[in-house]
Amino acid sequence: MAAETSSSSNPSLFYRLFFDKELRSVTIQVITMALILAFFFFIVNNAVTNLETIGKGYSFNFLWDASNYDINQTLIEYDSRSPHWRAAIVGIINTLLVAVAGIILSTIVGFLLGVLRLSSNWLINRVVYVYIEYVRNVPVLLHILLVHGIVVNTLPIPKNALMALDGSLFLTNRGFYLPKPLFEPAMWAVLIAFIIGIAFTIWFKGYARKIQDETGKIYPVLLISLGAIILFPVVVFFLAGVPVNLEYPELKGFNFKGGLVLRPEFVALWIALSLYTAAFIAEIVRAGIQAISHGQTEAAFALGIKPSRTMQLVIIPQALRVIIPPLSSQYLNITKNSSLAIAIGYMDIVATIGGISLNQTGREMECMTIVLAIYLAFSLMISAFMNWYNKRKKLVER
Amino acid sequence: MKLFKTLAVSAAVALASTSGVATAGTLQDVKARGELNCVVTTGVAGFGAPNDAGRWEGFDVDFCRATAAAVLGDPNKVKFVPTTGKTRFTVLNSGEGDLLYRNTTITMSRDADLKLTFLGVNYYDGQGFMVPKALGVTSAKQLDGASICIQTGTTTELNLADYFRANNMSYEPVTIETNEEGQVNYLAGRCDVYTTDASGLASTRSSFDNPNAHIILPEIISKEPLGPAVRQGDDEWADVARWVLNMLIEAEEFGVTQGNVKGHAAKAGDNPSINRMVGTEGDFGSMIGLDKQWAVRALSAVGNYGEIFERNIGVNTPLGLARGLNAQWTEGGILYSPPLR
Repeated sequence: MAAETSSSSNPSLFYRLFFDKELRSVTIQVITMALILAFFFFIVNNAVTNLETIGKGYSFNFLWDASNYDINQTLIEYDSRSPHWRAAIVGIINTLLVAVAGIILSTIVGFLLGVLRLSSNWLINRVVYVYIEYVRNVPVLLHILLVHGIVVNTLPIPKNALMALDGSLFLTNRGFYLPKPLFEPAMWAVLIAFIIGIAFTIWFKGYARKIQDETGKIYPVLLISLGAIILFPVVVFFLAGVPVNLEYPELKGFNFKGGLVLRPEFVALWIALSLYTAAFIAEIVRAGIQAISHGQTEAAFALGIKPSRTMQLVIIPQALRVIIPPLSSQYLNITKNSSLAIAIGYMDIVATIGGISLNQTGREMECMTIVLAIYLAFSLMISAFMNWYNKRKKLVER
Repeated sequence: MKLFKTLAVSAAVALASTSGVATAGTLQDVKARGELNCVVTTGVAGFGAPNDAGRWEGFDVDFCRATAAAVLGDPNKVKFVPTTGKTRFTVLNSGEGDLLYRNTTITMSRDADLKLTFLGVNYYDGQGFMVPKALGVTSAKQLDGASICIQTGTTTELNLADYFRANNMSYEPVTIETNEEGQVNYLAGRCDVYTTDASGLASTRSSFDNPNAHIILPEIISKEPLGPAVRQGDDEWADVARWVLNMLIEAEEFGVTQGNVKGHAAKAGDNPSINRMVGTEGDFGSMIGLDKQWAVRALSAVGNYGEIFERNIGVNTPLGLARGLNAQWTEGGILYSPPLR
């Protein structure tokens, strides 16, 4: 109302620009927006003009040409005759592999460290504290180079490989060689048993809750679920006559042939990223647990709830609410940090399409666009999943 | 509605502020700047690497210095831009460097598709393999299944894939970014074999603690004519850099050296070729936007091709490379400069 009177009583635009709060803020926003757009327009225009000057277009046709280079770690079929887009897929899979493996390992180690950090044992508590502070405060690139250096320089060459488990596991500076499982057709039965186990668990959980609501009787849901999901398929596995053959790695010529191999580049990246991120996760977990006031535990005990149920029903659900949001950003970090793979030659998306393909074809803008788009897609997917999970775990307000 | 208006106004403002990109000739740029930006390697002993005192030295580096001496009158007015095999072309094309002297193989796709202009060959090379003597390997044909360290972004990467494919052998590529990284991985035994241009192998081996424990296999699996390049589309600058290179090669052919070039320049002699080079006859410097003394300055700074070769990578250096293909055409090699006339 006041603004209306002032603008109608004094129509001078210049005056209004200074004293009309709304007009002033709109003007400032318009100018800021214009400057931002102008800036980006200048950058893009500059790139386009320069590319045109030297006669390079913007085209993705090169993706269908043969890549002409080899990659050492390929989870799908690939050779030097494959097109560039296939090299990109190889890179994407390698990135996903190290990101997912890193997320799993860092979560396990992080939760463990976080709980140990709260231990009442002075020594454990301090040792974990020192570890976390050291790891958190050294750049992750150094961790990666350190682990890679240790693997490559201290482990023996394949000829003198360290053997473990009676010749099924070999440690060398070219990688860790494990037996590779080759599945027979009967393995399908085990897979089906596993799926039945999961389906049964979902049904049983609902059933147990219903019984508990009606009669107050509590079933050991966890034990029975584990039995259905793990024990049942294992039994089927042995009944089917162990439908698995192991292919053992063997030293042939320069290198081991056969079996599964974890290359030093993968191991270094995986371990370094996981340990680094685990230190952050440990602090998040500690904070989450400490955020729940001790009164809650005491209240639960006073009601006669068992300590294990107290943890499960009172502490963890509340702690998770505090833990999940910062945990998601750690998962995003581990995915993005995996691009440091380039430092040790792990063939991730940056090294394949954003590295060798880029260099051999000279298509910088196109390759970088692809790499950016892929990282953005990964990060958005992880965010979406963690937001969904967070919503599920949110405090239901009544 | 308000947001829409805001955006429309902003877009209008943005369009109004369009700016073009103007490029003057590189020669003028270099002269105005008083410094030549030369794109070199991050460190290949003998070809281009900083010495103990931090001063860049090497075969490729000397050609940069010769160009700077011809254009700016001072071989030290060079800013060396170290690049990896991966970044070199981007650095040159983005204008960060004026001239590329970085063990770079001339290929059709680099010339045409990467929009470079190659100026000639300053070293005829070929891709080879280095292995530890202890492996007992004597031929590249025995390398089936080996792990091979290879610099990414190079033609050697492509040759390697082709060679192993053609010979129906398998290998594990261990991709590395720089020559130093390759050395570390090779010496640690992460790979059995190190492959790059034969000259690069000699250079790498020379920096080992025990060079004699490693051999370079006899197979040369590719042609690697190494030469300088500039951005495509600046013919004037390309001419300057090209004729500095040609002149250094021809100077050796006619026996003009770092020591005697001043004498030749003082008074016109009997050999018209030499006279044209040192500016006592005709004015060839002005054809490429320089003065008559351009060649004299370059030669007194670094000497002719042969002197540059012997000083940095020749038989009396740790690299110990023989002239081989890189001898003058008059002496059994294929070094053949177009005449300065």
